[in-house]
Amino acid sequence: MNYEELLLKLAEENDKLIIMTAENRAAIRNLPSKIKDRFIDTGIAEQTMVGMSAGLALRGRIPVLHALSTFLTMRAFEFIRTDIGISGLPVKLVGAVAGFLSEANGPTHQAIEDIALMRGIPGMNIFCPSDEEELIQGMPAVINDSHPWYIRYNNMSASVKHTEFEIGKAEKLSTGTDITFLTYGFLLKEVIAAADILRSEGISTGVINMRTLKPFDSNAIIQAAKESTLIVPVEDHLITGGLYSVICETLIQNHIQAEIMPVALSKWFKPSLLASVLEYEGYTGKALANKSLVKFQELKNSKYELTHGR
Amino acid sequence: MKSIIELEDVSLRVREHIIRMSTDGGCFTGASLSCTDLLVYLYFNYLNINKDNLKDPERDYLFLSKGHDVPALYGTLAEAGFIEKDRLKNHLKTNDYLYWHPNVNIPGIEFHSGSLGHLLSVASGVAVECKIKKQSNKVVIVLGDGELNEGSIWEACLVASAYKLDNLVAVVDRNQFQANLKTEDLIPIEPLERKFESFGWYVETCNGHDFEDLDKSFSNIPIHKNSPSVIIIDTIRGKGLPSIEARADRWFCNFSHDEVDKLIEELRTQHKTELKSESLWVR
Repeated sequence: MNYEELLLKLAEENDKLIIMTAENRAAIRNLPSKIKDRFIDTGIAEQTMVGMSAGLALRGRIPVLHALSTFLTMRAFEFIRTDIGISGLPVKLVGAVAGFLSEANGPTHQAIEDIALMRGIPGMNIFCPSDEEELIQGMPAVINDSHPWYIRYNNMSASVKHTEFEIGKAEKLSTGTDITFLTYGFLLKEVIAAADILRSEGISTGVINMRTLKPFDSNAIIQAAKESTLIVPVEDHLITGGLYSVICETLIQNHIQAEIMPVALSKWFKPSLLASVLEYEGYTGKALANKSLVKFQELKNSKYELTHGR
Repeated sequence: MKSIIELEDVSLRVREHIIRMSTDGGCFTGASLSCTDLLVYLYFNYLNINKDNLKDPERDYLFLSKGHDVPALYGTLAEAGFIEKDRLKNHLKTNDYLYWHPNVNIPGIEFHSGSLGHLLSVASGVAVECKIKKQSNKVVIVLGDGELNEGSIWEACLVASAYKLDNLVAVVDRNQFQANLKTEDLIPIEPLERKFESFGWYVETCNGHDFEDLDKSFSNIPIHKNSPSVIIIDTIRGKGLPSIEARADRWFCNFSHDEVDKLIEELRTQHKTELKSESLWVR
């Protein structure tokens, strides 16, 4: 079952569901003929789509909106905050080609602050599936939840067999006493590759797939910080307001000191095809393993100096 | 100034550049081919812009608001000598800045675009500043017909009219499609002339693939003193390649190398090529 088939199934089971788009039908192109008047396309007009979704939700519907992440979360931001956020309506915002997935589109299409923005709306929740399988696993719970949600869509094929999905619970794929990676979205695949490389070099490495960034699994973060010498959040998002911020806030609130090496963006990334972007920006499994290993060894050496240098 | 035959020749070469960029990742081929003749006309016979006056505050301005048709602009800028033709081979590579939307790292590109409905406001800002300075340069902006869905376009239309920006010329590339749909099947925008007129703009219409007709319309600018002008050009998505012309499913194309060679041949012969590469929905 793919994403579109899941939506069709959910729409058939629940007549409250309304599927909307701002002329971004790529993932849902077969739905109009099947669900008829419960499919609404506003054309390239994200603000109007969001405003209308609030009206539909006022009438008891559950609108599931599809648009490119940048234009959905940024162009329509104030409509989301004001019409959906203040009222707390159960609208589900599905943003496509977020982060590196915008490939060669350039900065206008790079949603690398979407999570920061959505986190900033009280009551808004965030789901960042790592692949289509996890997206399909999580969507029923997200749609049935009474909160508004932002879903950072991706339909890549899965690189792991996922455990059961639960809102607010991370998926702990492995534990490590040396390094633990924390990530979300399609980068999980690169992170798993990095962990494999590190393990082959004798480094005890853990991988945590965050799944939902709001609510998030604070226990998983705290445990990783306590168990590992180094924790490495990896995200195709600006360093401000994303997973790195979530981790820092959590550790400070819990009075935990930890070594963190964030892999995040400080500005718009180089537009190119996905494989070249990962290469250029240093996000391939190999690049992630290399930089984590360098940092880990640096830490080990400095700790050695601290204990033996006096 | 170039003769019509010379312009047609340049257009053919620009179309060839576009087809060559429609592989190894691809580009918005259909959208690019519909505005090719317009851009060639503007750069060679209308606008006072060349590679030597790019910093001159009295130059004319061209803003490409429907930014995904940028291959047509890359090709035109290469033919007009703003960039090396060889550079087009860097399309989508990390060693250059030739990606799916315009950016100012390419000489001749005034402003980045890609998010629809932004540049009519930006162009209005430039136009109003030129007015304050009492300069006579023109500000031309190319809009997509699908782009007219954006509310910000109509806000800017009201403001440009209020500020009497008769140095501002919007061109609507009316190729009848937006992404993988027909504009009139989704959110109908007709009657378009009357919409612009009711917002205080003066309207011309012409055939966007006929240089004589384009010239006739542009020589009327400003159509009316103290009012902004809009020229709605009637165009065909994919113009020049009969095998993809006016097709909803050929907005973004990523052809095989073999198809690229055949399509370049098709440009000249106008005989349809059989395409094996799949139709893409990228939005």
